Amino acid sequence: MDLIWLVPALPLFGFALLVVFGRRLGDPLAGWLGTAVVGGSFAVAVKLFTDLLALPADERVLTQKLWTWIPVGDFSVDIGFLVDPLSITMCLFVTGIGALIHLYSIGYMKGDPDFSKFFVYLNLFVASMLLLVLGDNLLLTFLGWEGVGACSYFLISFWFTDEANASAGKKAFITNRVGDVGFMVGTFLVWFTVGSLNFLDIGAAASNVAAGTATAIALLFFVGAVGKSAQLPLFVWLPDAMAGPTPVSALIHAATMVTAGVYLITRLNPIMAEAGWANDVVAWVGAITALVAATIAVAQNDIKKVLAYSTVSQLGYMFLAVGTQTYVAGVFHMVTHAFFKALLFLGSGSVILAMAHEQDMRRYGNLRKYLPITFATFVIGWLAIAGVPPLSGFWSKDEILAGAFNAGPAGPVLWAIGLATALLTAFYMSRQVFMTFYGEERWRVEEDAPVAAGGGGEEATDAEPAEADDAHGHHLTQDHTPTESPPTMTIPLVVLAVLSVVGGALNLPFADGLKRLEHWLAPTIVEEHHLPGAGTLWVLAIIAVVVAIAGIWFAAQVYLRRRVEASRLEPPVLANGWYIDAAYARLVDGPGRAAFQGTADFDAKVVDGAVNGIASGWRLLGSKLRLAQPGFVRSYALGVGVGAVLLLAFIVTRMNL
Amino acid sequence: MLQLTESWYLVLAALIFTIGAVGLLIRRNPLVMFMCVELMLNAVNLSFVAFARSLDDVAGQAIVFFVLVLAAAEVVVGLAIIVAILRRREGADADDVSLMRG
Repeated sequence: MDLIWLVPALPLFGFALLVVFGRRLGDPLAGWLGTAVVGGSFAVAVKLFTDLLALPADERVLTQKLWTWIPVGDFSVDIGFLVDPLSITMCLFVTGIGALIHLYSIGYMKGDPDFSKFFVYLNLFVASMLLLVLGDNLLLTFLGWEGVGACSYFLISFWFTDEANASAGKKAFITNRVGDVGFMVGTFLVWFTVGSLNFLDIGAAASNVAAGTATAIALLFFVGAVGKSAQLPLFVWLPDAMAGPTPVSALIHAATMVTAGVYLITRLNPIMAEAGWANDVVAWVGAITALVAATIAVAQNDIKKVLAYSTVSQLGYMFLAVGTQTYVAGVFHMVTHAFFKALLFLGSGSVILAMAHEQDMRRYGNLRKYLPITFATFVIGWLAIAGVPPLSGFWSKDEILAGAFNAGPAGPVLWAIGLATALLTAFYMSRQVFMTFYGEERWRVEEDAPVAAGGGGEEATDAEPAEADDAHGHHLTQDHTPTESPPTMTIPLVVLAVLSVVGGALNLPFADGLKRLEHWLAPTIVEEHHLPGAGTLWVLAIIAVVVAIAGIWFAAQVYLRRRVEASRLEPPVLANGWYIDAAYARLVDGPGRAAFQGTADFDAKVVDGAVNGIASGWRLLGSKLRLAQPGFVRSYALGVGVGAVLLLAFIVTRMNL
Repeated sequence: MLQLTESWYLVLAALIFTIGAVGLLIRRNPLVMFMCVELMLNAVNLSFVAFARSLDDVAGQAIVFFVLVLAAAEVVVGLAIIVAILRRREGADADDVSLMRG
């Protein structure tokens, strides 16, 4: 359809308008404009969705070529869009949740001196994300990929006057760069192998690609995905990215951008089908990331850090799903996760705003009394992520676990890791809810008084929120009374809460007719591993529910009834994230710095030395040759004369005239 | 009776050329040096004409016309340079003008 270009163009248009007129429109008009263009984009996406629905299942592909972008000899790349069930699914939730978060930001960013600039970045982000999703070739997707990375950097360091925020942005950008190298080399390899970067061509040619090449391509793109989607070992940037304003965390670092890696792998599933053991790598990295991140989340005290590690963990689930080639489950979880994680982040933003930008959960407590809407919606998000039926998270997570269980000989191990993660997820999310909304009102207690939950590295984690408070001139005082957020913030919360409840209906396992997402995505997926039979599925589901409830029950014992000393469950090693970050810092600062210094010295002495040496050699020669030019006309004449005589002598003697 | 062959002309041309060349090298007055160049050019002209006569080929004479035209143009440029130099400094000594030395 000819409308496709409008989907990314509308936010881009909003971006351009806001760049020029943003300051004049000001607060809140600039925000409404930003929200309206993303809403318009959502409307177009819905139109495309209905167009696609009207087509028979096998023909559900719409393309639009705007112009040829790079024509160089054999190499030609178009600005073209590809709408198929996979990309439109991404589009719908990117624009839909994007519009809600824009709306929320109007309330959250109210009064910020850079109010309009925030929406400039947000619109640019949505445009880039849609380019990533809709691009019909790898290079256009890469453009979007880099665009969202740049916007992520801008938005993480949005309050850049604070040093910590600025360096968090840089960290995210540089860590992503490591992954992007994989993406780029993968693109080169695809061009070299297939001779086209177009996804449809790649899909058609994939079965002819040699297994070794396909494995290499898959692994290279997975490196890119690991960077963007914050998996081990490149996940360290995501927790730091929480330095950005909370709507940014919800939009970019929970719902949309970080799922780009999962999208990329799913988009390249024809290659993955040929890639052999690369799929196992994806699955194992996903599973281990899920578990490691969940253990770290257990010991975090910053409300957003808990959610950040939770996001890393949930993304691990998605990679576990695509690695075991249950792509439908991966996309399903991507969608439901977008609902409930955006909801949780926006809820935490509402809490943070009500608590004068204090983010330490040890200073919260009993907030359900003050923030009824936030509390009600947050509880829905909590139950959804914990995997309590019939909320959306239960269905998608259960599909992933069932798919993992069925994935060959290592399947039960992957399933067990996933189940352990589910237990931890239920536990740390319950911990968060209990610390935030229940218990006594701890901010009324003296700041030095002993508070719940200890753990090492407190100085490091405490310092950041404190500085952030100073930067915004807020301080949580003992007589503070939290107040509920304005409707622009609570409406998105309610909408997302409803979606988190009913989202599971997208793909219910009971009857074939209820597996809507599976049938919908089927044309775009070459090789889908199927879930185990109904009997096994029931057993696995019951185990998952029992585990989720056990996690919640145990958290209640610790954080509500206080039967167990909380600090014993939060050892410093977990609070500091297994010291992975510190290890990286030490590695880069020690041997890394030495290596960089060595490279710099090599460059300065050997490379530059060779170049400069040649240059100075010629200069020395020139300075000697200059002496032959005395400036006396008659000496030149003598030279001409002698030369002529010598030439003549040569001709006469040597040429036998 | 002494027969005047072309060798006589060639010897004369060589003598005039040598006078010109030596004069160019030993004299420092640019005007004199200039006249020496003219001497050398005309010595060459003389040999061309001699050869044209003895080989019965008119091309040698045609070349002489080109050389004459060239010499005229050279005089114009050369004299202009000399006048310009004389305006700038007292006396005329080619060795004083050595600004372009390396």
